Amino acid sequence: MNNLKKNKIIDSSFKTLGIFFTLLGVVILIILLYNIIKVGYSRVNWEFLTSLPSRKPENAGIYTAIIGTLDLMLLTIIFAIPVGVGAGLYLEEYAHKSRLSRLLEINIANLAGVPSIIYGLLGLGIFVRFFGFGGSILAGALTMSLLILPIIIVATREAIKAVPSSLKEASFALGASKWQTLSKVVLPSSFGGILTGIILSLSRAIGETAPLIVVGAMAYVPFVPHSIFDTFSVLPMQIFTWTTRPQAGFAIAAAGAIIILLVITFVMNGIAVYFRNKWQSKLQ
Amino acid sequence: MKLKEKIIEALLFLCASITILTTIGIIIILLYESISFFKNVSIFEFFTDTQWTPLFSEQHFGILSLVSGTFLTSAIAIAVALPIGLTIAIYLNMYAPKGLRKSLKPLLEILAAIPTVVYGFFALTIVTPFLQTIYPDLETFNSLSAGLVMGIMIIPFISSLSEDALYAVPKSLKEAAFGMGSTRFQTSIKVMVPAASSGIIVSVILAISRAIGETMIVAIAAGQQAQLSLNPTIPTQTITSYIVQVSMGDAPQGSIEYKTIFAAGLTLFLFTFSLNTFSFWIKKKYQEKYE
Repeated sequence: MNNLKKNKIIDSSFKTLGIFFTLLGVVILIILLYNIIKVGYSRVNWEFLTSLPSRKPENAGIYTAIIGTLDLMLLTIIFAIPVGVGAGLYLEEYAHKSRLSRLLEINIANLAGVPSIIYGLLGLGIFVRFFGFGGSILAGALTMSLLILPIIIVATREAIKAVPSSLKEASFALGASKWQTLSKVVLPSSFGGILTGIILSLSRAIGETAPLIVVGAMAYVPFVPHSIFDTFSVLPMQIFTWTTRPQAGFAIAAAGAIIILLVITFVMNGIAVYFRNKWQSKLQ
Repeated sequence: MKLKEKIIEALLFLCASITILTTIGIIIILLYESISFFKNVSIFEFFTDTQWTPLFSEQHFGILSLVSGTFLTSAIAIAVALPIGLTIAIYLNMYAPKGLRKSLKPLLEILAAIPTVVYGFFALTIVTPFLQTIYPDLETFNSLSAGLVMGIMIIPFISSLSEDALYAVPKSLKEAAFGMGSTRFQTSIKVMVPAASSGIIVSVILAISRAIGETMIVAIAAGQQAQLSLNPTIPTQTITSYIVQVSMGDAPQGSIEYKTIFAAGLTLFLFTFSLNTFSFWIKKKYQEKYE
């Protein structure tokens, strides 16, 4: 009887601990958001979004950083999506159970675990130096594309796997070729899942700082880039440089920029979840 | 028609092979610059010197200082994330009502979606000043605050992946334990966690690998002084934050400072590569066990 009581006490105290830790995670999230909003909200206005960076914190804006982020993402989308979806299609639909396909699979799993800063070194060695692109938007976008490729590939494969085989078989039975089946049946019905993966990978890319620092994103860009060979800054890079400045005014500006970055990240994640739910209920 | 199909297959294969080229590219770039680095600095010095000062006039190239910083911040992060993450996983799987589990898991995963530069800001401007009110001798840049915040960031890695592993344990095991009169805690610790141990280990290894490679939090909050010390209250430098420091300056290509970031990068890559390979091996073994 005594033992039973003891065990029950242990059981319920562990439950309390579980609730406490779970709430702790949520509470820390709230503390983080609250503090950043408290510090930075005064800076979030139209002027902040449309001003160039400045040596004076109270005048500094994030215009060039936002344009840099948009340019970088646009280029990354152009490079990474066709290649990522293509590779996912190949691995799921074409690759036979051979040593090569196993190697590809292990390799992608490994790439997903490579720290982002290593991709920066890769980009520095290949795109910046070897191809001579310099610290340009192009070099940054190519680096970023390689970084998010594993995410897009994995998401594509999962989405294709979820397409019922009856759909594919029906298409084959009608005499469609493999590519016709893939492009007209498999891709459209896995579109929602692929899109979810793409948005999540982009939301990751938008917040990435380290590889772009290595590739040569600038701390201070007083102009809007005109071509893909121009130097650039991005939102997280701007936040990083402002955070490391000693003047208190820059910490406020950094918090303001963080609010913008978080809004973008959360909105993208929200859209991704929306698409996933919509797609999953459509498939069933 | 047949030709078109073949061309498309070849193109798609090309897409897939870019991933192989990426890996080869990483290895070649890291090795190429590192070999050139080791022509100037002996490997013996690299592994035994206790100082890392490539940017000073008196240069030392002892990677141990950076490794100790990396180890320290990661150890603090895991010390936070492992008990909290695993407890959350067990709670969500064994105790929480189903609906709550469904809404809490994505809520916690928001922690992993926040850009790391934001965590760096949080560590430097909020956590460090708070810790200083408790322990006034804590320096502005320190590994404690960076490690703690990094731990918060990786909680969802452990909690979500471990919960997935617990979820995959056959229901019969759980029911058998309950049938014997075990409490939920006894069932968790004696049946569920051991049964899901490989999945849990994989989640922890991934979290460690993530912590070792994490850059922005340490670059912002842990300082930029490489020192061979395990004191969490003083500034330190990790492999990653050293690469950031050199990249923010302008080390000319071909200079020894430029090459150090590749030697440091190679060290980092070897660490994470071994961890990832190990987790892959465990995962494979685990799959065989259940099929």
